[in-house]
Amino acid sequence: MTRKLLIIAFAALALAASGCGSSSSSSGSSSSPSGGTTADPCAVGSLQTLTSGTLTIGTDNPAYSPYFTGGPGHEWKGQYNNDPYTGKGFEDAVAYAVAEKMGFTQQQVKWAVTHFNQSYQPGPKNFDFYLAQVSYSAHRATAADFSDSYYEVNQSVVALKSNPIAKATTLADLKQYRFGTQIGTTSYDYITQTIQPSQQPQAYNSLNDAIHALQAKQIDAIVIDLPTAFYMTAVQIPGSTVVGQFPAVAGGEHYGMVLDKGSSLTPCVNKALAALTADGTLAQLTKTWLSDKVSAPILQ
Amino acid sequence: MDEDDKGAGRGSLILGGAARNVSVAMVSTIVVFSTLALVVVNSAGWAKVKTTFFNPHQFHTYAWPVAHAFVLNIKIAVVAELVILVLALALAVLRSLPGPVFFPIRAMAIVYTDLFRGVPTILLVYLFGFGVPALALSHVPNSPTYLATVALIMVYTAYVSEVYRSGIESVHPSQDAAARSLGLSRWQAMKTVILPQAVRRVIPPLLNDFIGLQKDTALISVLGVVEALQQANLASEAEFNYTPYVIAGLFFVAITIPQARLTDWLINRDRGRQMAGGRM
Repeated sequence: MTRKLLIIAFAALALAASGCGSSSSSSGSSSSPSGGTTADPCAVGSLQTLTSGTLTIGTDNPAYSPYFTGGPGHEWKGQYNNDPYTGKGFEDAVAYAVAEKMGFTQQQVKWAVTHFNQSYQPGPKNFDFYLAQVSYSAHRATAADFSDSYYEVNQSVVALKSNPIAKATTLADLKQYRFGTQIGTTSYDYITQTIQPSQQPQAYNSLNDAIHALQAKQIDAIVIDLPTAFYMTAVQIPGSTVVGQFPAVAGGEHYGMVLDKGSSLTPCVNKALAALTADGTLAQLTKTWLSDKVSAPILQ
Repeated sequence: MDEDDKGAGRGSLILGGAARNVSVAMVSTIVVFSTLALVVVNSAGWAKVKTTFFNPHQFHTYAWPVAHAFVLNIKIAVVAELVILVLALALAVLRSLPGPVFFPIRAMAIVYTDLFRGVPTILLVYLFGFGVPALALSHVPNSPTYLATVALIMVYTAYVSEVYRSGIESVHPSQDAAARSLGLSRWQAMKTVILPQAVRRVIPPLLNDFIGLQKDTALISVLGVVEALQQANLASEAEFNYTPYVIAGLFFVAITIPQARLTDWLINRDRGRQMAGGRM
């Protein structure tokens, strides 16, 4: 009796579910652009952006210098925060340059607040592409699309001048100290894999927390990308210094823009980046907004 | 004799209903859950959700690191719980002190409870973790793990003291009166008559608070301590995959379930003792 009931229930459910499934699967492919075969898929008109005719770029909030330097505004409020609508700062300028190459005017660019965590969540995104110092890795690229590199990054060590770690010159000198960094950065991997310190490193939810911990002497040093390190020592942490930078890892580490996996925009963003590299714009923007790499000693 | 018959009659009635009830429950459970499962599995995004949240490869890679980090959560929870059991009981007893002489003590206990129950735990963890070191006091430990544990103890002492107090107040005043009339002092009456009954009654809500505490050990992550949640966070952001969070979640659930069964067992045993062999 019970068994019969179960079988009936199952059969009914299976029917209902298969009905739902088939109806939803057909809706995805019908909305492809209707241009002719000769049309440029990267022309503004045929780009499948979130909102037609608008390029929506996602970034974190707070947005930090020197990648965003426009000062507070819009939703980006508070000290050390920066409004991306200003176009000031390295990533901000790169984003607008890419948008321009793709054929969008400055007014057609909208910014969306996206936590780093949300940038790779499955399902619909609130941005067309996302940039907030996200390092490319093969693992990450299985879950999201990455654009080509727009910056080759080196990791570095920031400490208070009063801490003995400030006198370290080699990797071996660093081992005995307690390190911290912002979570989600590749800096944490540098700590555990390159430095291999004797004490468990700390991973903070924001850079501001890491800075508080450094000032409270809960950690001896912060590992972070070099441009951010220069900004932190110059502006955010009085009495601090860049102890040194790490030599580039094999294959290097670079920042890329994050797009939805399989996004039709990825080749177009890459095309724009290639054009910016070819005409020297990217090099110029790097020189304008980022501190000189050579000025920090290399920790071997 | 009459009593026995009644008991047997009622028992068989329950049993007769039970057989049908069980089969109805079984069918409805299966229907509900298989509907839910089918809706989820047949949704357009399921394939993506499966690889992002329930990825076997990720399970394999990160189960051990997260388990390793989870040891810290357990240590913190155990230490905090032991301290809380003592502090909260003291606080509850202080708050139950009668008479105008003890008013200042009662008032202090009330202010403490109101304050620490009201402040969001995460705020207190921040305040202790980053605020206390900023004071640069000598002889006060700087370790975020220690400071966060203190913050958790402060908050949950407030909660648990209220649980104790409700237990104390649930013991009928006649118990106290009887104890005092036998010549016990107020303190003796509290210790030997009131508290044993009160504590026994509050074991389930006590466990409730402790499960809350065990989950809140994850709040230590805001101070940068790499416990289970932060380890999952690290893994998740390195891989662009949320499976490590699910792993951490499973560990928290895994330690909760045995405790819930233990409480059920304690309650049943206690009921059994109170009935002294009598049947329900």
